[in-house]
Amino acid sequence: MSIELIIGILNIVLISTTPLVFAGIGELVTEKSGVLNLGLEGLMLVGAVTGFITLVLTGNYFYSLFLSIISGVILSGIFAFLVLNLMTNQIATGLALTIFGIGLSAMLGKKFAGTPIDGLNPYYFIVISFLLVFLVGYFLSKTKSGLIVRAVGENHNSAYALGYNVIKTRYLTIIFGGVMSSLAGYYISICYAPMWQEGMTAGRGWIALALVVFATWKPWRLLVGAYIFGGVAIMQMNLQAIGVKLPGQFFNMMPYIATLIVLVFISSNKVRLKLSAPSCLNIPYEKNS
Amino acid sequence: MVFLIKVQLREDYSNLIFYLSPLVAVALTLFFGSFIFLILDLSPIESFKIFFMSPISNSYGISELFVKATPLAIIALGLSYCFKNNIYNIGAEGQLTMGAIFGGGIGLLFNDSTSVFLLPLMILFGAIGGAFWATIPAILKTKFNTNEILTSLMLTYVALFILDYFVVGPWKDPAGYGLPKSMPFPDAGRLPVLFDGLRVHIGVYFAIIICFITYIVYNKTLFGFKLKVSGLSSKASQYAGFKYKNLIFYTFIISGACAGLAGLFEVSGPIGLLYRDISPNYGFTAIIVAFLGRLNPFGIILSSLLIALTYLGAEDAQLFLKIPSAVGFVFQGLVLFFLLGTDFLNKYRVFIK
Repeated sequence: MSIELIIGILNIVLISTTPLVFAGIGELVTEKSGVLNLGLEGLMLVGAVTGFITLVLTGNYFYSLFLSIISGVILSGIFAFLVLNLMTNQIATGLALTIFGIGLSAMLGKKFAGTPIDGLNPYYFIVISFLLVFLVGYFLSKTKSGLIVRAVGENHNSAYALGYNVIKTRYLTIIFGGVMSSLAGYYISICYAPMWQEGMTAGRGWIALALVVFATWKPWRLLVGAYIFGGVAIMQMNLQAIGVKLPGQFFNMMPYIATLIVLVFISSNKVRLKLSAPSCLNIPYEKNS
Repeated sequence: MVFLIKVQLREDYSNLIFYLSPLVAVALTLFFGSFIFLILDLSPIESFKIFFMSPISNSYGISELFVKATPLAIIALGLSYCFKNNIYNIGAEGQLTMGAIFGGGIGLLFNDSTSVFLLPLMILFGAIGGAFWATIPAILKTKFNTNEILTSLMLTYVALFILDYFVVGPWKDPAGYGLPKSMPFPDAGRLPVLFDGLRVHIGVYFAIIICFITYIVYNKTLFGFKLKVSGLSSKASQYAGFKYKNLIFYTFIISGACAGLAGLFEVSGPIGLLYRDISPNYGFTAIIVAFLGRLNPFGIILSSLLIALTYLGAEDAQLFLKIPSAVGFVFQGLVLFFLLGTDFLNKYRVFIK
């Protein structure tokens, strides 16, 4: 294999993995505060279509990015209101968000499917994604606010007793996760593709969800994990091109199987589980009045 | 003027609100849905006619309604066992796929069979396939304490890739022009239809039978009682001496078998062979159906018909209103949002001061 080919492959991996980093790091923060948001796929699609439509209509990258982010704020805000204020089941609400997002994005984007646009340079976003992982890692482990987020995720009753506002903290982390997901979607429709097509995120939301578990809720491992997952997907295409006779589906299911193995590994030991997973994940918080 | 909204935990439990809230959710969905049609420059009343009336205005449409409602009802009935027990099996889509692979595999293995036993064997293997796929999260949960939500979800995608592997690989129809699909099943492996010329099949009977069995299990058996207790408090059930781990296993196996059954009915009924997209998200949509039906067997039958209508309406909307059929998903998502939201009223009393 020549150096050019290797660099070429690395380049493709870099470009194709970035949405996983964005969506994954957002979900990581949400889950650190104890909320499981299964709506990533829906958030990504709506973020992708909003950005795309705005760009086609206005031709302005700034507006399109801005509205894409706003779509994430609104949708994740609705999710947050339901699970935090109305104390709905997080799993069902997240699924509803995904189903709703798939439908809404397809409906809005119908007229724009196939419209050509000038894509943005993906390297800005790649740099930002690395910076974000660094910042989130720093935020969670070194700042007071990060500590509050983790405290809320570990034991919301104790956090409340210490005087922290559980609901407000979770609102912020959910909305951060939503914005990151819509950025991931924006990147896919504006930089990576660049075009709009129904269901174009192609299950990346679910892989990002797996990624957070695979990374045992640690930002640095998330970055490494994302590139392993992304690399496996690209390797599959290249190996087939060289003529390796392993079925491609085998590679495609690897991220999920790897996540299952990691999940079994951390869950089978109580101490290990305590060190990795937020204890209050998916447990509703009912404020005593 | 300041409005203060106060909430207070309900001390009494209101059956009326519990069963009324699905209706409120549907009404709110229709209300917000009409805005969506307005935004798309369509008349809401005309659109609703096309969405909810025209699909079932003839015998073909009613048959299609049951074709779509059958898998939803069967899966949701199975899921209700898990949800009652507070176990979140969200991998029904994968269990459905495994059922189709196992049962469909039998149909392809004996593809020159004319035996009357072929179909029962396929049905049996469909249920076994689904149950097998559901035992994995059950074992992982009971032995390794893993979160069943994440494992059942991951396994769904593994199952979809396994099906994909079979239909583009070993089971690909040699005479299929290279398309990713299997040979058609033999006639002996096809599910009998109820009426000539319509697609509605005997799966409907299964759905009804499962509904009645579930009703009896929930209300007349010790197992149903154990489910109810451990759903309310797993600790209480353990103090009472119920084997909680066994309950997890049983509920997973029941829901997996139901999903597998639904998958087999899809491939040996309306589809007739194996290919990639055997299910338009039935496994996930059934979760909505189960919640909308309040985990009550008869409620689930009603809600499966309603959600099936959103599938049909979406197809008609695509045809006549030129909007993508994904609009059906918008309605499904909205219904679930509103249902979950109105549940709040079930638990809390709201005052405006």
